[in-house]
Amino acid sequence: MSRLQTRFTELKEQNRAALVTFVTAGDPDYATSLAILKGLPAAGADVIELGMPFTDPMADGPAIQLANIRALGAKQNLAKTLQMVREFREGNSDTPLVLMGYYNPIHHYGVPTFIADAVAAGVDGLIVVDMPPEHNSELCDPAQAAGIDFIRLTTPTTDDGRLPTVLAGSSGFVYYVSVAGVTGAGSATTEQVSAAIERLRRHTDLPISVGFGIRTPEQAAAIARLADGVVVGSALIDKIENAATPEQAVDGVLSLCAALAEGVRTAR
Amino acid sequence: MTQSTLRTGPDANGMFGSFGGRYVAETLMPLILELDREYELAKKDPEFIKELAYFQRDYVGRPSPLYYAERLTEFCGGAKIYLKREELNHTGAHKINNCIGQILLARRMGKKRIIAETGAGMHGVATATVAARFGLQCVIYMGTTDIERQEANVFRMKLLGAEVIPVVAGTGTLKDAMNEALRDWVTNVDDTFYLIGTVAGPHPYPAMVRDFQAVIGKETRDQMLAQEGRLPDSLVACIGGGSNAMGLFHPFLDDTSVDIIGVEAAGHGIETGKHAASLNGGVPGVLHGNRTFLLQDDDGQIIDAHSISAGLDYPGIGPEHAWLHDIRRVEYTSVTDDEALDAFHKCCRLEGIIPALESAHALAEVFKRAPTLPADHLMVVNLSGRGDKDMQTVMHHMKQSQQEQH
Repeated sequence: MSRLQTRFTELKEQNRAALVTFVTAGDPDYATSLAILKGLPAAGADVIELGMPFTDPMADGPAIQLANIRALGAKQNLAKTLQMVREFREGNSDTPLVLMGYYNPIHHYGVPTFIADAVAAGVDGLIVVDMPPEHNSELCDPAQAAGIDFIRLTTPTTDDGRLPTVLAGSSGFVYYVSVAGVTGAGSATTEQVSAAIERLRRHTDLPISVGFGIRTPEQAAAIARLADGVVVGSALIDKIENAATPEQAVDGVLSLCAALAEGVRTAR
Repeated sequence: MTQSTLRTGPDANGMFGSFGGRYVAETLMPLILELDREYELAKKDPEFIKELAYFQRDYVGRPSPLYYAERLTEFCGGAKIYLKREELNHTGAHKINNCIGQILLARRMGKKRIIAETGAGMHGVATATVAARFGLQCVIYMGTTDIERQEANVFRMKLLGAEVIPVVAGTGTLKDAMNEALRDWVTNVDDTFYLIGTVAGPHPYPAMVRDFQAVIGKETRDQMLAQEGRLPDSLVACIGGGSNAMGLFHPFLDDTSVDIIGVEAAGHGIETGKHAASLNGGVPGVLHGNRTFLLQDDDGQIIDAHSISAGLDYPGIGPEHAWLHDIRRVEYTSVTDDEALDAFHKCCRLEGIIPALESAHALAEVFKRAPTLPADHLMVVNLSGRGDKDMQTVMHHMKQSQQEQH
């Protein structure tokens, strides 16, 4: 069983949702970012999404755009992001780690080399925002053949007609983007999320994680009652943006992570 | 020759060879698929075709003349040079050909709000113009650098009732404006139509924008046959995203006797790294929904383009151009800022036509090429826009070079 499968199965047995955290690799710099990454599991993150920086994050709001700019300014690149995963894996063998980003840096790195290096580093899954199922053969298929899960985003605009196409190439979990918008924007109501999850469950047995606009332990708890996973990104990244020192950035992210985990763990 | 044709692309997935496609976030996929379906229906609908022809004639002012540039021809002392006068269109550039087509489609689809990105502001002005004509809300994204160098166009858009939103991200140019327009579209999925201004973006945009711009090449063909009794020997057009070039080139792609030349912006020179020549100085990658040649670094991060002309200041190029480059059907060259400026001045003095700095790139290539060709060589250059918008930029450069001389 893959790390993602194992983790979601365990949590299902414990009758609780997963806390899925997103931070951008190399934000604000390599050392601080690695310290955050290494601290996340102990602070209650069940699944980690690690952003691969890109100059043109078209689906991201201001918080993650700034995180990308900070990381690139500190000379982060895809090779260093994979190095960061390797260093994380030296101390952690059970927390699933998913790389998330845009296609061009992977395209430039070379898909076969990237997949081989990602497997070797201990990457469990990929979320590539601008890679729809229509282009599965380019990246999704070879990644899955190498044992890396390919996690799809489904959105309020993905209707019943299209869902089977999107889910056909999905593995690991399904990431439900609860609002049409960029990351960090407004949030959906509990009723909307509930209806969306019900609709998704008719199409898939994969765990469903819900993200976009979830910022507080209370919001996380509300979603954790409905979904298999709760994704938080921009709120964590704002802690880096607002930190005066690297220590404050690490503390800020990990403290919020712990509070969110508390919310998720006491939700049901 | 077999019945092979280069004019049937793209395939059902929007691919021209290995270029093009639909690399967008899932939120946008259903919208793009809907747009594809609606456009396929519209382009076969006699009512739509009739309406488009009406607006092209009575609102845009088509056909635009194919003008024999006698003094340019004399000056070069070689090929016989014709100018396709797209700068005489309503709003002063070829951009409106596409805007009028897309706005009719938007109206047909019941969309109430139009968004667009703009670089030089010509596409923004053309979009604001058609939005005003059809009474639709209009929001234009424009980089802060471009807002500064194209002040007059910003004012024009506002006069026409559009809201101009400054984009500070990145270098504040066309690429950043496009990112922000995509973010708007992801957020406003129900009522908004994204009116892309060039032959880039996800499928069906590259094919759709080309189809609306192909009126340029179709007219040129008829006009040349009427005036000279035969097809031209060569076509020259400038390329940023590449819509004016694609519009001129496409109807001639299967005519093997016609040499086709696309001119990229070399900025300070390709060797300096400060340029906008994606084909001559970039490698394949994926940005803004399509696979094409891109200016990028060793890590696949997009590099900012540089050109004196805001309309060419884009690190990518339409995927159909990438394919035509790949199969060598079109020759893609480049000219520098200085060469374009020199051509700009010559065109003003020789023909009494102030060209856009974008079009001056095509003219610069003509000045290089025409003198080497025989007098019976018929050359068409696309004068894609007028230069009124560039007065500030040209004044600034003239002052600078005067100071350098003293």
